[in-house]
Amino acid sequence: MALIEYTGAEKINGPIVMLKGTPGVGYDEVVEITGEGDEAPRLGRAILVSEDAIMVQVFTGTDGLIPATSRARFLGRPLEMALSSSILGRTFDGLGRPLDGNGPIYSDTKRNINGSPMNPMARVYPRDFINTGLSVIDVLMTLIRGQKLPIFSGNGLPHNQVAIQIASQAKLIGAENFAVVFAGVGIKHDDAAAFSAALSLRGSNLVFFRNLADDPVIERIATPRYALTAAEYLAFDLGMHVLVIVTDVTSYCEALRELSVSRGEIPSRKGYPAYLYSDLASIYERAGVLHGKEGSITFLPILTMPNDDITNPVPDQTGYITEGQIVLSRDLDAKGIYPPIDPLPSLSRLMKDGIGKGYTREDHPSVSSQLFACYSRVQEIKALAEVVGVDELSDDDKQYLAFGTAFERTYLSQGKTENRDIGQSLDMGWRLLATLPDSALTRISMKDMETYITPIREKMKQGAAVNKAEPVT
Amino acid sequence: MEDTLLNKQPAATTGAYITMINGPVLKAGGMSHFSMRELVRVGRIGLTGEILSMDGDSAVIQVYEDTTGLRVGEPVVGLQRPLSVCLGPGLIGHIIDGIGRPLDRLMELEGGFISRGTKLDPIDMDRSWEVTPSCRVGDSVTAGMEVASVKETDLIDNKVLVPHGMDGTIEFVVAAGFHKTSDVMARVRCADGVVRPVPMFHYHPVRSPRPYAERLLPQEPLITGQRVIDGLFPMAKGGVGAIPGAFGTGKTVTQHQLAKWSNAKIVVYIGCGERGNEMTQVLEEFPSLEDPYSKKPLMERTVLIANTSNMPVAAREASIYTGVTIAEYYRDMGYDVAMMADSTSRWAEALRELSGRMGEIPAEEGFPAYLATRLAEFYERAGRVKTLGGKTASISVVGAVSPPGGDFTEPVTRHTKRFIRCFWALDASLAHARHFPAISWMDSYSEYPSEVQDWYHENVDKDWASLRERSRTILLEDDTVQQTIRLMGEDVLPDSQRLTAFTASLLKEGYLQQNSFSDDSFCPPEKGVAIMRMILDFHEQAKELVAAGCPLSLIRKMNELVEVVHARELASDDTAAFESLAKRLSDHLAKIGAERLAREKDTEGSAKAEDDLEGAGSAEAEGGPTAQKGEGE
Repeated sequence: MALIEYTGAEKINGPIVMLKGTPGVGYDEVVEITGEGDEAPRLGRAILVSEDAIMVQVFTGTDGLIPATSRARFLGRPLEMALSSSILGRTFDGLGRPLDGNGPIYSDTKRNINGSPMNPMARVYPRDFINTGLSVIDVLMTLIRGQKLPIFSGNGLPHNQVAIQIASQAKLIGAENFAVVFAGVGIKHDDAAAFSAALSLRGSNLVFFRNLADDPVIERIATPRYALTAAEYLAFDLGMHVLVIVTDVTSYCEALRELSVSRGEIPSRKGYPAYLYSDLASIYERAGVLHGKEGSITFLPILTMPNDDITNPVPDQTGYITEGQIVLSRDLDAKGIYPPIDPLPSLSRLMKDGIGKGYTREDHPSVSSQLFACYSRVQEIKALAEVVGVDELSDDDKQYLAFGTAFERTYLSQGKTENRDIGQSLDMGWRLLATLPDSALTRISMKDMETYITPIREKMKQGAAVNKAEPVT
Repeated sequence: MEDTLLNKQPAATTGAYITMINGPVLKAGGMSHFSMRELVRVGRIGLTGEILSMDGDSAVIQVYEDTTGLRVGEPVVGLQRPLSVCLGPGLIGHIIDGIGRPLDRLMELEGGFISRGTKLDPIDMDRSWEVTPSCRVGDSVTAGMEVASVKETDLIDNKVLVPHGMDGTIEFVVAAGFHKTSDVMARVRCADGVVRPVPMFHYHPVRSPRPYAERLLPQEPLITGQRVIDGLFPMAKGGVGAIPGAFGTGKTVTQHQLAKWSNAKIVVYIGCGERGNEMTQVLEEFPSLEDPYSKKPLMERTVLIANTSNMPVAAREASIYTGVTIAEYYRDMGYDVAMMADSTSRWAEALRELSGRMGEIPAEEGFPAYLATRLAEFYERAGRVKTLGGKTASISVVGAVSPPGGDFTEPVTRHTKRFIRCFWALDASLAHARHFPAISWMDSYSEYPSEVQDWYHENVDKDWASLRERSRTILLEDDTVQQTIRLMGEDVLPDSQRLTAFTASLLKEGYLQQNSFSDDSFCPPEKGVAIMRMILDFHEQAKELVAAGCPLSLIRKMNELVEVVHARELASDDTAAFESLAKRLSDHLAKIGAERLAREKDTEGSAKAEDDLEGAGSAEAEGGPTAQKGEGE
């Protein structure tokens, strides 16, 4: 179809340009708008078409456009990305244009960045355990290949460090058929540089999409979609195992809100559009494993919770779509615990089918369930201790507190490059549990008590006789 | 591919054309000869849509597929019928999308990703089925009567019924043997003299409830195999319930548990705007799981409807109706159907999104003013009925609700509460402590106990209602006691209150908790009652001892109590093990009491000895290795 082109806009309001209605323009089609003196056209998208008017959302901002002289050119296709194996190692901007000076990607394979929904019938239920080397994740919120597991964080917490450690220790980097697709959405220059350095140092197959904090806001709506289109290509065309990291989803949602307000839509919670859930789902649901395809997409979005509020619409709607969440805690961070992952609100929905016999180790479900229950009890006792004082607690409760401290100091806490094997993490868990009385271990079957707890206790008795310096008291 | 599909469309050039496109909502002109709620094909690729409102020559259409690339001026073609689902054998064991397209055959056609414009019926018209006629030529029949029976799965006989509004005499009935889905099963000479065919399949508009003869009250419980539900907040066959909960509290796992273990004959599971992997999990897991009642694979009684969160939003709105229509189809054959809708909040949000795009004036939080009406219409399609064919059958509906931020005062949860009678509130703090199912015993309720207790008394245990009452009383008292404990610690409480807290902890750990990934996943009601009775009997006996002055610390030390907490691990048919444990528990308690009282008698009159004893008692209290408090809340 011949390209449609004409001059003159009716109205400009924030990122929205209204053009007069033209037959033949398709919904969601790419529009290039060129103002007087623009070096390059500004990319936009037709978000409403009718007989009278066309509403265009301009990704790169509308500053300096003069309605009468703006030229609009309709490309007759949706936003697409050219894909080939040469995208590996490249850096793109938020609209998929190369930033590294190595020239454009030439390929006949061009995909709509919105993708298509995966047929649930074609999915393979993810079950392959990823050993991240972080005890708290591996044992308590196991990451599974093909899962979407966000990191809920707050400003000033080390979420980037955690993401880098997961990416580098998860054996997802370095090997030939692993790739990392990183999309920085509204991130600071420093963070972008840190990620870039940490990930490329390890010789990874990295594809970098970068929309910085001072880049055009509306561009952010496209950035994660470019990243996932690249990931789908690498995973399902080239058979690679891809880890996608998108940070910060909150910036993305704010861009969506800004656009929605400019369009005059009726807002729902906190000014976010009513379709926030569907929109986020169209991004998150692109993770997964497909029948007959070798690769997989594991998705690790990072979002900062405004005021650490988990009920804010961004983390809230995210939690309803993703398969769990890793929640960072300011309290743990203040105590100097790294990674400051709070196990109680954290969760991996896919872990139940990816752990245990034949996957990780037979005793994994028991250990994790019991650690959760005991650590949860520790919180209650801490609350009580604040009121009545530690001295007033019963002996049992004091034992719980000791367990809690040891759990935080030795189990949650680990070095920034310390890589623990799953077996090691599970054994550590049993050793901690063995310090508690039997009555506290209600989640462990009688059989597991004998197999795992009793031997440790016996050893501890012997050890205590020889050397009184037991780690847990 | 696309060309052949294009040819399938009615070729009439009606002159109707698109005038505006705003996401899934379109406006079209030249529509004066269309009807409200008519199904349409839009654009050159023929996307499926439905007319939502009409104004003179123009109409608003919602489209069930992605509208990218659609242009103003493209044609709109009417199909002269409302959105309907094709009902016939071949639905069970399969998975369809929100507008009734089979996802397995879509995958064969299109691969791993769903594309647009493909039109398929949910059932395979060429498949042949084993048919047994159930009437004879010359029989006089009325609507709802069975003319033939089709072996749909090992478990389910699909009954071909005389359609609504058709009475008369059988002129022809199919011979026993194998027949195709598209074959005619019988012909009926109607009162007006016209002979009409009764096909194996038919279409039914999803938004109109299927007729029945009479509405009945619920009587029988829907056994779910979940102790907290069957024991405390029972569901009835033909009942309506809701499971609200913040994310991560286990809505979907609970829904899956109900789908797996309910004693309904047919289960319709709707994944409405939820995760793709959850549907995949059902697809992978159900064929290998056994229905505890019939010992056949669960898939042989399950119909799945999947419109995941990233699939088009308008089809999500329709999926609930498609699901309930299929449920009614099997109900009309005389089956008890259980339907799970996960999640009705996503459905309501789809309603909100479409309403917003149509520019309607919103009521609360952007939801349209008709939200409550729609919810009521949907939940009222559940119920126990006498079918047109004279059979008693039921549809039980359980809807998950996903309130934003876990706030139960938001519009969807609030309106849902008006139309349901069973409310299983999921509690985030229980979920964080990994107490599953995280159904709060304080906030949940069920209005069915009085209706189903006769059945329980006759079939499970004559004390069911009183056990339930006693457990609830203890849990209620415990809630108050826990508040004191949180403020002042346990030591300040008298032993009688500490016993309440202790028994409550036994109930929570030993009864209410249930691991859905172990052998305990399905718990027959008999086993649940046995555990509950054991704990409550302990409570009564211990209460007497405590009242007689026996310190609670002595009682709490008993080894048998650890076994009580683990009693759920015993095989459910091992009644001997339960009886033996109950007996040992009771004997040990009696022994403790006897010893204690004997010692008291010995020391009577000797003040010095009594002091010693008190000293010993407090030493026990501190040193008791198994002393515990209401853990695992």
